[in-house]
Amino acid sequence: MIVFDQVQKSYQVGGRAIPALQPTDMAIETGEVFGIVGHSGAGKSTLVRLINLLEPPTGGRILIDDEDITGYSPSELRAFRRKVGMIFQHFNLLSSKTVADNIAFPMKLAGIYSKTEIRDRVEELLARVSLTEHANKYPSQLSGGQKQRVGIARALACRPTILLCDEATSALDPQTTQSVLKLLADINRELGLTIVLITHEMDVVRRVCDRVAVMDAGRVVEMGPVSEVFLHPQHPTTRDFVFESENIDNQELQQDLEKADGRILRLTFKGESTYQPLLGSVARESGVDFSILSGRIDHIKDTPYGQLTLSLVGGDLDIAMKQFEAADVHVEVLR
Amino acid sequence: MEALLSNVDWTEIGWASWDTLIMVGMSLLFSVVIGLPIGVLLFLTGKRQLLEQPVAYSVLSFVVNVLRSVPFIILLIVMIPFTVMLIGTSLGVAGAIPPLVAGGAPFFARLVETSLREVDRGIIEATQAMGASVRQIIFGALLPEALPGIIAGVTVTAITLVSYAAMSGVIGGGGLGDLAIRFGYQRFQTDVMVITVALLVIFVQVLQMVGDRLVLYFSRK
Repeated sequence: MIVFDQVQKSYQVGGRAIPALQPTDMAIETGEVFGIVGHSGAGKSTLVRLINLLEPPTGGRILIDDEDITGYSPSELRAFRRKVGMIFQHFNLLSSKTVADNIAFPMKLAGIYSKTEIRDRVEELLARVSLTEHANKYPSQLSGGQKQRVGIARALACRPTILLCDEATSALDPQTTQSVLKLLADINRELGLTIVLITHEMDVVRRVCDRVAVMDAGRVVEMGPVSEVFLHPQHPTTRDFVFESENIDNQELQQDLEKADGRILRLTFKGESTYQPLLGSVARESGVDFSILSGRIDHIKDTPYGQLTLSLVGGDLDIAMKQFEAADVHVEVLR
Repeated sequence: MEALLSNVDWTEIGWASWDTLIMVGMSLLFSVVIGLPIGVLLFLTGKRQLLEQPVAYSVLSFVVNVLRSVPFIILLIVMIPFTVMLIGTSLGVAGAIPPLVAGGAPFFARLVETSLREVDRGIIEATQAMGASVRQIIFGALLPEALPGIIAGVTVTAITLVSYAAMSGVIGGGGLGDLAIRFGYQRFQTDVMVITVALLVIFVQVLQMVGDRLVLYFSRK
């Protein structure tokens, strides 16, 4: 478990302290995929670098499995960092080393593995990220997605318990992003390691994260299970991110709503209820007529969800509401 | 043809070429051995680098700048007492090497510093995140990544040393420069001058070609 206890970070610029992270409390559970989402400059990059002390905090304590890492000596810190893998937006592979040598690099630095151990582990990891036939190529000969796979294999080399992902998919095209995210999800499930992932795309969070923290101006403004934060965003920044990821133009949406008649409801289905033929039976039994103003059916990690904005005219609204509630559908009355 | 190059003593030219080769080779070796660690230190102690040390950086940088700002022809003369102290003479091939190193090492150090700065900071960060010590970062990541740049630096330094070595002929340094000054300049033997210049041009061309090949070979970008 990663615990932030009043952790803060500020930079000295020209004698003045510029805060990058306001005092923050946070707990990341072992084995979960934790997303940190925020615009550039929100402090998420600083936050993830505090976890392996690439950026030392200027206040507070960081506990990893109940050990305060801020008190580590340089050699303790180096040993600790071997247990924390990290992947980067621009991959940061050594251009002078082959794919296999890049993956072997952290093991060689550790100085505690034999040559055969390193060779076997590299072979195993190459197979894990499906790059076996590229072992002797140089990074410049690979595509972006392949480079990030090398990055992931390298990060896993010393069998870390935590994997930090710094905008790991931001430089990749949508298709490659999907395959890299799938790889990360597989790794999380199979190896049980904790993944902390920072991104500016809510979509990435939606696909792989269990919980998410939303950051704005050096503060965590909202934190919770992805389905909660995603389907019922509270903070304006969170709403922006959700709308952005769903390609919803908030203004346009408002204009559309003004044109509609009757009551306007937003229904949120989660899990099995997503597939129920609910709308038809509600309309029949309550006599309500409805039209769909906007809607989306998708997955949050492995859970299906649907969100529909409806306008309802006529009939008995109370019966309709009761039926929605009975079917475990979350109803928000917009008008 | 015979009349055209009547003053040219080919044995003499051969020996002078050999001397130039030795002067450049030896001074290049020492320039690299001394300049490389200085360049690495300059880089590491620089602003926002791994071992940021403003005072150490300023001192080192100042020394390098002083040596680099003295025109080589002056450095040759200023160095004479020191050279005599170091190897017993300031003349000949051996006497030319200390001033050549004094001119070449700081030059090479700056080139090393520049090529290390070209290394992507992300690579240093990634290596740090793997738990590497500063020593491991230098030898495992920085130097291998900067290798093509450093080799290009060696080439430029070697070529600079060829011209410096020729200049050392002025204080009796030996080699092709010495030949050019004693015969070509002082005895008006234009043919000797032409031959030495031609040889120097060929020498520089070969160095550049070999250097470029090596850079290409080690570049993986």
